[in-house]
Amino acid sequence: MSAGAALPEQTSAGTPDAIRVENISKSFGVVTALEDVSLHVRAGEVLGLIGDNGAGKSTLVKILTGFHKPDAGKIFVHGDEVQLKSVTHARSLGIDTVFQDLALVPGMTVYHNMFLNREVTRGLGPVRFLSNRVMKKRSREYLDDIGVRVPSIDAEVARMSGGQRQAIAIARSTHSDAKILLLDEPLAAMGAREGALIIELIEELGKKSDVSMIVIAHNYVHVLEMCDRVNLLWNGRIVLDKRTDETSAEELTKIVAAEYRQPPQGRTGS
Amino acid sequence: MAQAAANAQPPPPQRAGFGRRVAAALVRRREASILVILIGLVVYFSLATEAFGGRDSAQIIAEFSAPIAIIAAGEVMLLICGEIDLSVGMVFAFSTWIFYFATTDWNLPILLAVVLGLLSGSLVGLVNGLITIVVGVPSFITTLGMAYVLNGLTLNISGAFPVEPPGGHTFFRFFGAPPYVTVYWALGVIVVMTILLARTRWGLHTVATGGNLIGASESGVNVRAIKVGNFVICSTLGALAGILESVRIDTIQALQGGFPLMFYAVAAAVIGGTSLFGGSGTIIGAALGVLVLAVLNLGFTIQGISAYWFDFVLGIAIIVSMALNVTLERIRQSGRLGSIA
Repeated sequence: MSAGAALPEQTSAGTPDAIRVENISKSFGVVTALEDVSLHVRAGEVLGLIGDNGAGKSTLVKILTGFHKPDAGKIFVHGDEVQLKSVTHARSLGIDTVFQDLALVPGMTVYHNMFLNREVTRGLGPVRFLSNRVMKKRSREYLDDIGVRVPSIDAEVARMSGGQRQAIAIARSTHSDAKILLLDEPLAAMGAREGALIIELIEELGKKSDVSMIVIAHNYVHVLEMCDRVNLLWNGRIVLDKRTDETSAEELTKIVAAEYRQPPQGRTGS
Repeated sequence: MAQAAANAQPPPPQRAGFGRRVAAALVRRREASILVILIGLVVYFSLATEAFGGRDSAQIIAEFSAPIAIIAAGEVMLLICGEIDLSVGMVFAFSTWIFYFATTDWNLPILLAVVLGLLSGSLVGLVNGLITIVVGVPSFITTLGMAYVLNGLTLNISGAFPVEPPGGHTFFRFFGAPPYVTVYWALGVIVVMTILLARTRWGLHTVATGGNLIGASESGVNVRAIKVGNFVICSTLGALAGILESVRIDTIQALQGGFPLMFYAVAAAVIGGTSLFGGSGTIIGAALGVLVLAVLNLGFTIQGISAYWFDFVLGIAIIVSMALNVTLERIRQSGRLGSIA
């Protein structure tokens, strides 16, 4: 399994990568989740991250978002090396995540969810009150702008469909000035029609803005549709890195099938 | 009412029927339904008894309600963020004794003694919060233990003999004089806590913490600080209620407050629409819940119904409220009333 080491060293002239990960490793007790993983996403690029269940995709995303700390390796954001201390710290650097379990609060309105933890307030010194009108107006404008339709900005998120919730969650991240967006299974648990809306939204954001995205997905067809480039993570290592216009679902399937047949490295004999 | 709303056909395009709109409003605003129940009770007792309805009943209801409402406001914050405080009724007694000893034994000025009493409540809340959040003991257990600890402590330091609260005339006038000074304090607490819950980041984050703990913390909300803070708020309000009530009735007792007071406050919160699952609730709803308890209490007393039946009805009220809450939540989430939003 030498593909990990043979990663093409792509450094686009001038502009540094939006995010660059070098030789990240992470273990939980005796379980090795990530082993010497390197990847990069250029500014405005949408990178698809595929791999088997337990391949380490979610762990990688949680490291990039400041949730877990890597055991070894380096992370560069816009060319500068960083130690991500927390989710808040990662977010202050422009890295935001739309988690699988969705960070939306069902009992709260769409606009309060859109502004959760970045509320607009007014007042004097430490005595501050929520500016609901401002948050409502800005949420509505922004959702209209990127083509997300919700029944009502005042409605509780509990009343929205899975697709609408996912769209709100994504919109919230990009609205919060996130420059690097990590999407963990954005199409999980939703029907084909709703899924198509999310794909459209991701494509739209990819074109319209300078947001870089890492999208974790299972469905190769979806990845090829949404993403500029695809990385295959297998047993904690990156084993493939290709532009989506230079590969196909068949090729990806074939490579994955080949990986399945290989015994996992470093775990032989167990 | 909720059933009717759930079964109703989709409304004709021009306008929804009046009944349906009322039903929708009741589903949407839990306070509205509890207000209807409250008015119904007042009307019933006014017609059924002669004594109910005058100035005296208003005063009795107000005096009964004030300390419970102050504590209920604190419990609402805790319940919304997914915790509970069973010890606040013991803080009610404990902090009042701290206030007493601060003046008699430590010779502090009375206002400083009040502050010290309140701070002793805050400290209990802080300990409750830290044990629950840092160590990870469920708050039900933490505060159950704390309730007994405080009760034992209070009995010991007080010698179990009642005393007269300190303070001169001016202090008395602003801090607990009957009949209505405690009520003004309670109204003040309700207003401040309503603003805190509905109009500030703290309130929004409290709802977020209870509504989706993982989601809120992934969004960067400091859920631990929110929870610990609300423990402190709840206990401090318990101390405030205790000091006010002791001054009003001119006695400090070791066994004042206790579990009954705390459970009244929790019951009022639940009757007023606060979810025990966290994530939703209002201070106003809890205050209305307190009034329902007070009206029931007085009405039964006037009617000469045994106090035992009060507990019986209270129990039914709690169960029915919670059942209604759960059912309404289901209707709300199914979006069947969305068209009349």
